[in-house]
Amino acid sequence: MNGCHPFLHSDRADATPAVTSVSLPDTTQRRRLRSPGPEDFPETLWPDRNATILAIPLAAGKVSAGFPSPAADYEDKRLDINDYLVRNAVSTFFFPVQGDSMQGAEIFDGDILVVDKSVEPQHGHIVVAFVDGERLVKRLYKRGSRVALVAESPVYPTIEVTGEMEMVVWGVVVGKFKRLL
Amino acid sequence: MAVFALVDCNNFYASCEKLFDPRLLGKPVVVLSNNDGCVVARSAEAKALGVPMGAPWHQLRELATREGIIAYSSNYALYADMSNRVVEVLSQFSANVEVYSIDESFLDLSGYHGLNSAGLHGYGVEIRRRVGQWLGLAVCVGIGTSKTLAKLANHCAKKGLAGRDGVCDFTVMSETELSNLFATIPVDEVWGIGRRISDRLREMGIETVRDLRDADAETIRARFSVVLERTVRELRGMSCLDLEDVAPPKQQIMSSRSFGQYVYDLDELREAVASYIAKAAEKLRAQDSLAGAVQVYIRTNPFKPKEPQYQRAVTLPLPEPTADTRVLSRFAINILKGIYRPGYAYQKAGVMLTDLQPRKLRQQSLFAHEAGDERAQSVMKAMDSINAKWGRGTVRISAEGLNKAWQMRRGRLSPAYTTSWLYLPVAKAL
Repeated sequence: MNGCHPFLHSDRADATPAVTSVSLPDTTQRRRLRSPGPEDFPETLWPDRNATILAIPLAAGKVSAGFPSPAADYEDKRLDINDYLVRNAVSTFFFPVQGDSMQGAEIFDGDILVVDKSVEPQHGHIVVAFVDGERLVKRLYKRGSRVALVAESPVYPTIEVTGEMEMVVWGVVVGKFKRLL
Repeated sequence: MAVFALVDCNNFYASCEKLFDPRLLGKPVVVLSNNDGCVVARSAEAKALGVPMGAPWHQLRELATREGIIAYSSNYALYADMSNRVVEVLSQFSANVEVYSIDESFLDLSGYHGLNSAGLHGYGVEIRRRVGQWLGLAVCVGIGTSKTLAKLANHCAKKGLAGRDGVCDFTVMSETELSNLFATIPVDEVWGIGRRISDRLREMGIETVRDLRDADAETIRARFSVVLERTVRELRGMSCLDLEDVAPPKQQIMSSRSFGQYVYDLDELREAVASYIAKAAEKLRAQDSLAGAVQVYIRTNPFKPKEPQYQRAVTLPLPEPTADTRVLSRFAINILKGIYRPGYAYQKAGVMLTDLQPRKLRQQSLFAHEAGDERAQSVMKAMDSINAKWGRGTVRISAEGLNKAWQMRRGRLSPAYTTSWLYLPVAKAL
């Protein structure tokens, strides 16, 4: 733990190590007319008044006594859920789900979808799409000239996208999350 | 050689509204100014119907009903978030971006021409494609060897006068091509040339961009200003204006607003003034300045000449420069009490912080006590960071009041789709 003393640190050029303790001057010389100063005690090592003060972090490893934390060198940042769910923050938007047509893809009512617009929509992706004035979550079918939006539940019919239909694939669903309490 | 690009979002406010609401697909949409007064943005469909910019909404009611025009109040939370996202994407294309306004940014592309095999035009197309796909917003890109030329190129891209695919690159056009193009563009399309200057230019026979570019710079300087002379040089491709990384600190900070409804009594005016002070003081602290004086003004509606009219503004120098909301609002409210006259229908109030100075240069007053000042500073800092995190007005001084009946009227506000958990757009699984 060399150099970790939170005391004065000498910058004198001689080889004397930094002063960490000071012995008191000899008490027999007390009766002088003027009060004694450091110059009266050439043998004593005094803290250097002109020394540079180095600020040294006191408890970087939270050691109160004894050994430093063996884990200190291995410290990692605490996990942030954003790093897991959001790959491209600038193009990511959230959409809560209403309805149960996507249960087969494990998307349930009340889940919040993570939609990343930077992902190119492909056949098989789950997407948010605008269809005839509605915001829908569906699986995108895109093979040959056939484009369709498929639900993940037998109860809901497949929407065939035809020429006269207003349909926009808004973005690709890359994840979902939900708070339970 | 310097090269700049100006990237501008098409119909920005209207596009943001359309982005999140599927019912607006293909529909004419307009966005209204504060208090739902005038049209400040129009979708392409609304433009096609001939809705003029700045038209008062109440005059458009008939057309709106007939054509199914949908109007929105300005949803600043949404526009600000989308604007920040656009800037973030643009920063991937240049290390040096100047945010010129909420929907326009300059990019420094000096030395970028070799980066893309398709040249700068191809680079512009890629910018357009990425903003379009990632954010669903259409932009136009203008490229030129000065900021003034980049802005003009952007105008050409938007109007389809030159370039293609929403990108216009002046740097690949020949002298002749440019001259011919400039001869067709009226001079008031040039950046910084308003009605007054263009009228005077026309009297001198300068009608088109080409006329101005070829005008004698010295004469322009003598008859107008150095600023206009610089514009002439910029049009010739000499870059005189650099990107401004940071807006220079403001010399005065204003906060004012027309009321949603007339305000008659002092208490309500006091709430309004206190909350304007809070807003202005927050800006003041954000640029690390102190205000040396406060001005407060109130007025009735000048467009209702039959109603009794009253207006008054008073400036009060402060005993000591400060950025403390509490001190500023105390003085502002004292001014207000002095100028308020009962019996009038007040339509607008405002405050202005002037005599600004950097905190660092502050002169010590004989009566100042440093410890108190430091405490005030940390209180203000805490207030600002809480408000930044939890939303404006979470912590406020009590004078701002709770009900704010005078507040801006925004009856047609769309939800804060991207900045509040409460208003996320629902996707239906049906």
